[in-house]
Amino acid sequence: MDATVSWLINLIPQMTEPVARLIVDLVYAGALAFVAPVVVVVAFTYMERKVIARIQDRVGPNRAGPFGLLQGLADAVKMLTKEDITPQDADRIVYNLAPALAVIGVILVYAVLPVAPGVIGADLNVGVLYVVAVGGIGTMAILMAGWSSNNKYALLSAFRVVAQLISYEIPMIIALLIVVLAAGSMQMGEIIAAQDVPFLFTLPLAFIIFLMATIAEIGRSPFDLLEAESEIVAGFHVEYSGMKFAFFFIGEYMHLFVGAGIATTLFLGGWRGPFLGEVISEASILGVLLGFVYFLIKTVFIVFLMIWIRGTLPRFRIDHLLDFGWKFLVPVGLLGLIAVALVLKLPFLSSSGLMWIGLLVANILVIVVSLAAVSMAARRSRSVALRGVVGADR
Amino acid sequence: MRSDFVFVGILVVVATLLPVVGLGVARLIRPKKPNPVKLSTYECGVESIGDAWVQFRAQYYIYALVFVVFDIEAVFLLPWAVAYGQLPLYALVEGVVFILILALALAYAWRKGALRWS
Repeated sequence: MDATVSWLINLIPQMTEPVARLIVDLVYAGALAFVAPVVVVVAFTYMERKVIARIQDRVGPNRAGPFGLLQGLADAVKMLTKEDITPQDADRIVYNLAPALAVIGVILVYAVLPVAPGVIGADLNVGVLYVVAVGGIGTMAILMAGWSSNNKYALLSAFRVVAQLISYEIPMIIALLIVVLAAGSMQMGEIIAAQDVPFLFTLPLAFIIFLMATIAEIGRSPFDLLEAESEIVAGFHVEYSGMKFAFFFIGEYMHLFVGAGIATTLFLGGWRGPFLGEVISEASILGVLLGFVYFLIKTVFIVFLMIWIRGTLPRFRIDHLLDFGWKFLVPVGLLGLIAVALVLKLPFLSSSGLMWIGLLVANILVIVVSLAAVSMAARRSRSVALRGVVGADR
Repeated sequence: MRSDFVFVGILVVVATLLPVVGLGVARLIRPKKPNPVKLSTYECGVESIGDAWVQFRAQYYIYALVFVVFDIEAVFLLPWAVAYGQLPLYALVEGVVFILILALALAYAWRKGALRWS
């Protein structure tokens, strides 16, 4: 970003530094708000349909354009030309505000997403906290949509959303805390700089918790209770049609991409990769492009992982879902937090370069212990249940 | 040196334009033929009885209360985590004590059945 600003000043000598910066910011904001949604939604709906189709032994979209590549465009035209229905009993102001908020809230998260070396909207010193804080707007938008529709399905969905999203925000924050603890900063740039060994290999526990919490926050299968088609029709957006429905849809896919992008930044080293910074300078145009490519590869891989999970697992029941969050992820996360804090203060590790092995061992230890505890508890509850079935004659 | 949050402000304004433009374009080209049946609340074809704005179960409310406890915990723990590298050993002890108190709160809520979905 700084390079672009100085380039602009060199190009037009009369231009002052704040003006040049404002222009660069406006262009980047425009790209995030108008170009990114189109590209992300078209690309990832296509990818999701194709991958899910392969998992289910189908072909997927293959009619619109070569290999069905224009399917996203066809959908966009359909959404734009569909009639917009506002139910008579709905609360109009809140009802119309909800889809706009859903999409704005997600776009705001992109401000702290470092997509290439030096390319980040605002490298806030509270970056991680900002992600969590702004992510809350989406929850509010869904609650607004569900409540204002004045529809029983939508209301049920809205209340489920609140229970689910706030329950999974806690494990997410704990996973973020572990990362912040290891990196010593909440700034995205510094977290990337701290990952000489990607945090995926030093803090696998935090990565797993973060991935599950992110899927739950986006509301994707197997955590898609908020729009469980077979139970509550379409959940919170049952009354929405046309462009207003499209905005919820855009918001969901934008959230999918930014969730994977944040996971990439925090755990896979963001735009870092081989050759970058050693052979090719991070400040050169080629370096920025290469960093962007590395970022995209890692992010698409995580999105693929999420689609794979969706294609494999059935939906949770709400009590199982909440139990899994509160009674498993939260205690395990707290345990992991203590373990990481302990290892970071071990004197003989910090002097040598073996810190990451210590962290890895601590993480694996926590995972093994917690899995053993769960399987023990499950065995006990099964045997209690079995005794109930066999009855009093034993 | 200006604040980093200037960009966030710019993004808020620009991002607001997206739904405005999108809905504006859709308004120009979409059909509009409302009728009473179309505008009624959708309940799979069954006529709806009463509206949905009813008092709802308090179960969700208890989850929200437990959530608030943990959310405040995050606010306290994040600065601790950022400064952790520069702090002496007592930071570890204090952090662990704080987390254990939280774990105690979670155990209490668990024991009292606040986390049971009934």
